[in-house]
Amino acid sequence: MKITVCIGSSCHVKGSREVVETFKRLIEEKALQEKIELGGTFCLGSCRDGVCLEMDGQIYSVTPETAEDFFAGEVLKRL
Amino acid sequence: MRKFDTKVQNLKYQVLKEVAKEAWDDTLLRNFLNIPKIIVPGDEPTMRCCVNKERAILAERVKMAMGGNRENPNNIEVLPMACDKCPASGYEVVADSCRNCLAHSCEDSCKFGAVFFDHDHRAHIDKDKCKNCGQCAQSCSFSAIVKRERPCMKACKVKAISAEGGSSASIDNSKCIQCGACVYKCPFGAITDKSYILNVIDMLKKSAQGKGRVYAVVAPAIYSQFKYAKLGQVVAGLKALGFHTVVEAALGGDMVALKESRELSEKGFLTTSCCPAFVAYIKSQVPDMLPYVSHNFSPMVEMAKFIKETDSEARVVFIGPCTAKKGEAKLEASKPHIDEVLTFEELQALFDSRDIELEKLDEDVLNNASYYGRIFARSGGVTEAAAQALKEQGIDFEAKPLVCNGIEECMKALLVASKKLKAGQMPEYNFIEGMACLGGCINGAGCLTHSEVKNKMEVDKYGKEAMEKSIKDAVDAVMI
Repeated sequence: MKITVCIGSSCHVKGSREVVETFKRLIEEKALQEKIELGGTFCLGSCRDGVCLEMDGQIYSVTPETAEDFFAGEVLKRL
Repeated sequence: MRKFDTKVQNLKYQVLKEVAKEAWDDTLLRNFLNIPKIIVPGDEPTMRCCVNKERAILAERVKMAMGGNRENPNNIEVLPMACDKCPASGYEVVADSCRNCLAHSCEDSCKFGAVFFDHDHRAHIDKDKCKNCGQCAQSCSFSAIVKRERPCMKACKVKAISAEGGSSASIDNSKCIQCGACVYKCPFGAITDKSYILNVIDMLKKSAQGKGRVYAVVAPAIYSQFKYAKLGQVVAGLKALGFHTVVEAALGGDMVALKESRELSEKGFLTTSCCPAFVAYIKSQVPDMLPYVSHNFSPMVEMAKFIKETDSEARVVFIGPCTAKKGEAKLEASKPHIDEVLTFEELQALFDSRDIELEKLDEDVLNNASYYGRIFARSGGVTEAAAQALKEQGIDFEAKPLVCNGIEECMKALLVASKKLKAGQMPEYNFIEGMACLGGCINGAGCLTHSEVKNKMEVDKYGKEAMEKSIKDAVDAVMI
């Protein structure tokens, strides 16, 4: 499964780097490197309050604070 | 607030705006012949001897706005009809100013015996003997001797412009580095850069129909431009035009700084490669220095390449102060990455062709690059970034930089370096930062407003507003 996190200016200032780092850490901790591909893009075209990401063709908004819960909930249940 | 420095820029802008308007409406092919009359509607001439000539020249400008002569690979072209064939006769005595004095200091100062006097004791200069040294002009107490020089030839430090026998200016493509100095300096607007604004409009239209996403990669010099609005409003304006998003070329600068500093430490001697006019000069005039030119892409191409790696549907338009970038974009190595180049002048025309009032827009965000990537826009910036990149990567190498501000300084440094390196000696410096425009990109020919000092202050301020404080942080944040 591919997760594409927005790294464009708007999401960058909202903490896209922390979100990516959280995901990277969780993928490594849970040894999911084979199952999850993490990528970046400069804009997903729907800037919201948090950092945008795309998964299975759907757009989500997460913050550095909610990234871990999002991973445990939305990401893991799709695997 | 006035948008441009000169009326010539304003005229070019009006043409671009009209061409763009028709292109958006799909009426350009039907109406492009009418554009001169839209700009000069009345019967009275506003700029030249008669309205017919004004319109004829405007028709030439319309052609340039539509891409110009495709047979000519140079992006800078002379409009012979617009050229006023300014005097270019060298030193001359201004008859009214010569006081027919007794001292004849002009005669005494001339080592070539070129000054002579008529029966009224008025000085004259014998063109056959004069070597244009200027001593006579300096010696005259009445400032009665002046140098008659064409502004375009004076602006062109690489001597690519000639005017044989008082004819209109002509550009030697083998020498021209497309820096655009002549474009900005010609008071008649007779030398101008070809515009590819139509290709950009076409890309934006297709993208609106779901074909591709158009990314705007903006040069950091943008912070010193469009000063009637905030940078965030310029970003919003670009999105209103239909650009998918806006990315800082300065982030490409950060990427280049990391690579280029490593390359410097490996090779031991390096010149920068971010200024296409500087690189073009080396290619044509000092080819033995080519192996020392950084093999890295410029920030523009580096950024475009990265964007296309993240999005297969991406089309990339670089927007900056530079006419030489139009040439760089057409190089085989750049072509796959960069789709088109616009200047700030052209962007202003594009905004106004869609009646986008930047001042009224909500501010958007532009913040990916570090301070160091952003200061690539001004003289000395690449050097600072390279030193910082060495430090951040823990590379133990002593950079001895030489900052060359403007093509004349570049020419001198390259000549010395080339001689020394050929003789197996090392120059006193091991890193040449070359920027063709005085002050750097912030003073490029395609700027709306030119100012070496003020624009430098603006770009430094923009650098300090960067969220990422180190080069590595800025780059790591996007490398997933």
